[in-house]
Amino acid sequence: MAKHHITATVNGDPVEFLCEPQETLLDALRDQLHLTGTKEGCSTGDCGACSVTVDDRLVCSCLMLGVEADGKSISTIEGMAQGDELHPLQQKFLEHAALQCGICTPGFLVAAKALLDKKPDPTETEVRYWLAGNLCRCTGYDKIVRAVLDAAAELRGA
Amino acid sequence: MRYEAPSSLEQAVGLLAAATGDARVLAGGTDLLVQMRTDILNPELVVDIKHIPELREVKEEAGGFRIGAAVTGAELKEHPRLKSVWPGIVEAANLIGSTQIQGRATMGGNLCNGSPAADSVPALIAAGAKASVVGSHGRREIAVEDVMLAPRKLALAKGEIIASFLLPAKVKGSADAYLRFIPRTEMDIAVVGCGIALTVDANGTVSRARVALGAVAARPLLVEEAARALIGSKLEDAALNKLDAAAGAACRPIDDKRGTKEYRIKVAGVLARRAAAIAYERARKA
Repeated sequence: MAKHHITATVNGDPVEFLCEPQETLLDALRDQLHLTGTKEGCSTGDCGACSVTVDDRLVCSCLMLGVEADGKSISTIEGMAQGDELHPLQQKFLEHAALQCGICTPGFLVAAKALLDKKPDPTETEVRYWLAGNLCRCTGYDKIVRAVLDAAAELRGA
Repeated sequence: MRYEAPSSLEQAVGLLAAATGDARVLAGGTDLLVQMRTDILNPELVVDIKHIPELREVKEEAGGFRIGAAVTGAELKEHPRLKSVWPGIVEAANLIGSTQIQGRATMGGNLCNGSPAADSVPALIAAGAKASVVGSHGRREIAVEDVMLAPRKLALAKGEIIASFLLPAKVKGSADAYLRFIPRTEMDIAVVGCGIALTVDANGTVSRARVALGAVAARPLLVEEAARALIGSKLEDAALNKLDAAAGAACRPIDDKRGTKEYRIKVAGVLARRAAAIAYERARKA
């Protein structure tokens, strides 16, 4: 079966990769581009662990084909910290202990950043609804929501 | 599997019509990829329709709207005017899945996935939406309530694609609403969904109404008896009781983990009352 040659932008850098037509974007990111920060949870769009943005739109990378990424701009968790400097969301997740096992964390961070890029001052209810597609079995969500609200305040300079 | 991303409807129809094995249309992929992953489907050909301009646009046309079948829920929500004219349709489309799902899921896919519980379908039916279907023999328009025949069965011929949905011209004093019941507040499949569109005259009397129910039968239902209960009323208790009874009487539900038959019948009546009240309030201000 012929592989497709895909040209895209990932975290601001131009990338090229070959992928099978049925391969998901998640598998292409992890197996072809070796960006393993994006996690595989359910593979059915329920858990949000594989969240990335495609042309600034938050999606589950398990529910998109790699071939669909041709010409698109993709952001993953690897693009969030600037060198050794954590993004305020990452710093606040640490400060609030908003993670335990960590498997859901990249997805939560990418999803939360997509919210704050769009809406710098969300209410708690808006944060909870926005993140309803990200599942966490450790924290009980409360610390995650607090970390997001705190990071939002810091990003606004409040 | 072969993946094609044509840039015209003619090419897409040609590819689908020429396929010898199972061929599937890919819009948002939020149902298709799950079904491929779990081996429910194993298509030989997948035709990505997102590079076809008509399918990706929301246009104002003949006083109403033409919504491309591959416009996402997130895009519907962001449209500057659609929500003020058809709030029920936008609410219904936005109830499908999470933020991540909204970034990809489309109304064309919601309908063509062929689930009786699809949220946007009763809202489209209530609005009187038509599906603009393109195939090898040209284009035809069919009422949305006539598209789905049974679970996973559509009234589309081989090679036919839903290109867009046509929403009728806005009539003064008209509005719609959609409500669904699920056991939690997010991320579940409808136990019952109810879409209602109605028109009120200057005295506040309902002159036109359409009532549609989802998840209570093998296909979404247009319930004419329920609409008749509203027409001529100002939503007095007697009219709402008739609406409730007509909605319940139309249900042919299944028992499953989300609810029993009796429960779905009861909830259909309750949601119809509540959706009618919301649509009525909106219509009086419209």
